[in-house]
Amino acid sequence: MTDATQSGPMLAADGTPLKKSLARSLRRRKLRALALIAPLLLFVLLSFVVPIVSMLFRSVENGIVAQTLPLTVVELQNWDAESGELPDEALYAAFTKDMIAAIEAKEHTKLGTRLNYEQTGMSSMFRKSGRKIKRLDPEADAPFKEKLIEIHDGWGDVDTWRVIKTHAVPITNGYFLNAVDMRRTPEGAQAQPEDKRILIKLFGRTLFMSLIITGSCILLAYPISYLLANLPMRVSNMLMILVLLPFWTSLLVRTSAWKVMLQQQGVINETLVWLGLVADDARLVIINNQFGTIIAMTHILLPFMILPMYSVMQTIPPYYTRAAKSMGATNWTTFWRIYFPQSIPGIGAGSILVFILAIGYYITPEIVGGTKGVFISNRIAYHISSSLNWGLAAALGTILLAVVLLLYWCYDKIVGIDNVKLG
Amino acid sequence: MFVGAGQGNVLLGILIGAALMAGLAWLYINVLDNERVARWMTILGLAAIGFFFAGITGLIVGLLAGWFFAFFIFWLYEGRYRQKLLPYMTAGQVFWHYAFRVICGAIFVFLITPILVVLPLSFNAQDFFTFTPEMLRLDPEGYSLKHYRDFFTNNEWQRSFKNSLIIAPIATFISVTLGTLAAIGLSQSHVPGRRAIMGILISPMIVPLIISATGMFFFYSDIGRFLEGTLGMNKNFVGYVKVVLAHAVLGIPFVIITVTATLVGFDQSLTRAAANMGAGPVRTFFKIQMPLILPGVISGGLFAFITSFDEVVVVLFVGSASQKTLPWQMFTGLREQISPTILAVATILVVISIALLTTVELLRRRSERLRGLSPA
Repeated sequence: MTDATQSGPMLAADGTPLKKSLARSLRRRKLRALALIAPLLLFVLLSFVVPIVSMLFRSVENGIVAQTLPLTVVELQNWDAESGELPDEALYAAFTKDMIAAIEAKEHTKLGTRLNYEQTGMSSMFRKSGRKIKRLDPEADAPFKEKLIEIHDGWGDVDTWRVIKTHAVPITNGYFLNAVDMRRTPEGAQAQPEDKRILIKLFGRTLFMSLIITGSCILLAYPISYLLANLPMRVSNMLMILVLLPFWTSLLVRTSAWKVMLQQQGVINETLVWLGLVADDARLVIINNQFGTIIAMTHILLPFMILPMYSVMQTIPPYYTRAAKSMGATNWTTFWRIYFPQSIPGIGAGSILVFILAIGYYITPEIVGGTKGVFISNRIAYHISSSLNWGLAAALGTILLAVVLLLYWCYDKIVGIDNVKLG
Repeated sequence: MFVGAGQGNVLLGILIGAALMAGLAWLYINVLDNERVARWMTILGLAAIGFFFAGITGLIVGLLAGWFFAFFIFWLYEGRYRQKLLPYMTAGQVFWHYAFRVICGAIFVFLITPILVVLPLSFNAQDFFTFTPEMLRLDPEGYSLKHYRDFFTNNEWQRSFKNSLIIAPIATFISVTLGTLAAIGLSQSHVPGRRAIMGILISPMIVPLIISATGMFFFYSDIGRFLEGTLGMNKNFVGYVKVVLAHAVLGIPFVIITVTATLVGFDQSLTRAAANMGAGPVRTFFKIQMPLILPGVISGGLFAFITSFDEVVVVLFVGSASQKTLPWQMFTGLREQISPTILAVATILVVISIALLTTVELLRRRSERLRGLSPA
């Protein structure tokens, strides 16, 4: 035992102190592990996290006014929007110069579309005036104030300039205000006019319907999971196939199946009419409304509730309930005071999972939801592909993402990400 | 019961049916003593009535109903319902036991019916989404394979099917290779920031698809413009690259989760033993670690494959018309021109998913067996 007799630190075989040698090997192991993770982490960061972050930026980014009309924006700083008077000639001259350059680059219609989100009519004003402003000469045709007002009345309206001034900032909260049914005005944030307030209602409906779907999933999944957890292994494995088969079947297959079942001439209605439960002319309307979305999505998300509940219920020892009964508890007391509290973690895990999935659903509401049963995600898709108001789509997406991340955080606290299981 | 319901009065029908059954039960129990004869009588009698009213379909329904009622009468009368239960249970408990079973049965029916309904409808000879009278009569005229023929000959469907078969395997390959490596790295002790890394890697599964799709839509259109404009790549090729990358990211969480779960049971001393006997890290990996975690890797790969094969939202946003996949084609079909070919495709996909489910289940059992063998 030479080490013991030495007064210095313990040494490894090559003479370095053991502590240092161990630290080095640990560091090397850490580096190797990180090197294994690095390619994937980079890949996910680049192709998933960066897109999401860029979406967040897009929801506040608003460079278009300042880029298209650089001189006008400078002049607008000197104009007092509260005065109620039209801007002076200098601004009109700057605006004409900007517009001529923008028309050259074919940018003015984009600006018109952007401003049209804030005030209807701007898009057509920019398009119509564009053709005529092109013919003006920036040097010879001055002064421009009367000429522009002649081309389109809108240029003589104080409100037009106030809108342009309000949205000239490069970073805006305008899209977020739009997303919660408000708008950015010269006087600050204000509520949208009554007839344009749809998004808050849509958010409310999305949350409400997701809650209903989660609730009905709990109601349906609880008995099934209880049965599966308490049957002998062989039987429960057989029955598990009935749960796993829908889980593995394509989402579109299940959605189209529901479309087939729920239609006016569909399987459910035909059967009810044949049985005489429903008159032929009073067929149930169960598709293209909220009911259709709820029933189809409950079916689609049910396995995500059953699987976590089942894995929790499997671990509940049966002798607790037996002990309770032997001490004189009634059936109900045994269930409510002994079994149910132990199964709550399963309910929690399943509910959050189902709720997260439900809140961002797009395909099923789109197909069976009609107009009344759609979610906020359908609105996002509409703004991306039809109305092309990408900033608003990004803002809506950001709000939805915030809600989901909050729930995800809860899920992590309750269940832990590491404990996510599949099948 | 059905007779009464068919006349438009459900309650009366049920009452009459119940009365008939009670009479039948009394007859069997007090007059006929032979159970087997009574059973066959009910089955054949109801089958005959069914056949008389509704042809072959009625025959089948009658056979099943007769079997059920005969079983039910004797089950109730002889108290067979108590045989398998504990002898001290009260009547209420026994009743609740069976009521619970019936409720669960109904929920299972809810789970499985939509999938089962699609199968026969895909053989419909008409262009309808519902059962025609010919089909209900089990008339061979009412069935045909024409929707399958349409799927295999229609260019649109074939092209989208081919696209799916190109995109899904490549995306799966990328997510499985990178995912397995990362899972091995993550499973080692002392990884700094393990929770944060895990959170980032799992996030594609948690973030709603519509948000991922929105983000990718903005980002990949910029990337695509760069690849096409600056590097001068083929437009079609760039389209595939975008969709494959997007799908690979979506599949990664599944690979990570399944492979990490398999690695929990992996005995690290095996790799140390291999290293001790002179094997390099690469050799150790392929000869020792890989065979043991292979079931987990394959089932993770299957999850990734089904994710990509089944994905619509992202491909709708990121891809262009020449990358149209099978789910995309189904989605447009469901939204616009409704054609029963969708049901034929759905049936094919159900068969594929049954095959995948069986594979995953077999792999899971094998992996559990392997883990049971390895020293604890």
